[in-house]
Amino acid sequence: MKTCLIVDDSKVIRKVARHILETLDFTVSEAGDGREALTACRASCPDVILLDWNMPVMSGMEFLRALGGEPLPARPKVVFCTTENGMAHIRAAIEAGADEYVMKPFDRETLQSKLQIVGVA
Amino acid sequence: MSAAAHGQPTIDAGSAQVFAALLEARTGQRIAAARSWKFDAALKPLLQSLGLDRVEQLTARLMERHDTALADRIVDSLLNQETSFYRDAGVIETAAKLVHEQPAPARVWCAACATGQEPLSLAMLFAEAGGPMPEIVATDVSAAAIVRARAGSYSQFEIQRGLPIRRMMQWFESAPNDQWVAQPKLLATIAYRRHNLVTDPAPAGLFDLILCRNVLFYLAPHLREQVLERLAAALKPSGVLLLGAGETVIGQSERLRPCRRARGFYERVGAPDTPERLYTAR
Repeated sequence: MKTCLIVDDSKVIRKVARHILETLDFTVSEAGDGREALTACRASCPDVILLDWNMPVMSGMEFLRALGGEPLPARPKVVFCTTENGMAHIRAAIEAGADEYVMKPFDRETLQSKLQIVGVA
Repeated sequence: MSAAAHGQPTIDAGSAQVFAALLEARTGQRIAAARSWKFDAALKPLLQSLGLDRVEQLTARLMERHDTALADRIVDSLLNQETSFYRDAGVIETAAKLVHEQPAPARVWCAACATGQEPLSLAMLFAEAGGPMPEIVATDVSAAAIVRARAGSYSQFEIQRGLPIRRMMQWFESAPNDQWVAQPKLLATIAYRRHNLVTDPAPAGLFDLILCRNVLFYLAPHLREQVLERLAAALKPSGVLLLGAGETVIGQSERLRPCRRARGFYERVGAPDTPERLYTAR
């Protein structure tokens, strides 16, 4: 089973994403901000991270930069998943190292197709 | 609890028969009795746009006024326009490679292209590969679908299905109301036309690649054979045909056979031997 870490400060979004991911046979863990997510990655590196942009403590972009400096056994795929849907934000995320980008709101087919694109579904 | 709440169809049998007959007469496509639930969901947006509460009111309006435009809208609603970018991505990439092996100018026919995601997927692959751009003819029986395909405009949900974000950044622009529009230079590589696979002759000329995915299984067996004959006749001697994953020519056409160059594709019987590599995308 593939593993996915959902990083989002919204419990509702985490719940929706978890439900979809579990139907896609992922083992899911959650973090409420970037700092929690870094701690989770150090403990157990997931195959893919679903990453929100705006979060307290450490934003998605800050997390992405910090992740690059972590001595992880393998770099997880990172899929930004955010309401920041403008081209400038998308470009910034991809240039910072994100593998894919999901614009909220999303549905099961969208998420599944993005996970297939990054090779984890 | 109502029938609708149980997920059962609420449409009356008479209306279902009228709409099924209309769809078959216009397109050759059949809706099986077991799938009559489809009417309710498919016609709901049309009912709302017409200010009608029940399907029976739509049936009455259609039959009282002999309204051709209304009949078109009903047929458009009932057609399955489900599609996405890079649907069955490995096969689409193989299809593009097969076209590139053909002498230029290569020609491609996307039959039943719905709202255009399939021809655009190919156009992006061709443009990124460089070299002479193949001519792409894309057709659909639905006038509404062709209008949408020509506009190249997709909702946030549509644009995200199957399209890698880097390609979206390269080939699409954001537009108001959460729309994403294909760049004019990409759209200009595709000639969109309304075309009925059952009643219309194939577009002029022969093709190196024909895609006709997920349509044949809606057709009656004799119409399926007829359409396959037409597709076979439209292929160049070394051309290939791609059907949907659950569709086949076996037992339905004597002019087509599984392609020896690429698994999942079909070629004309008597196609020249080609020693090129074997593709195994499917």
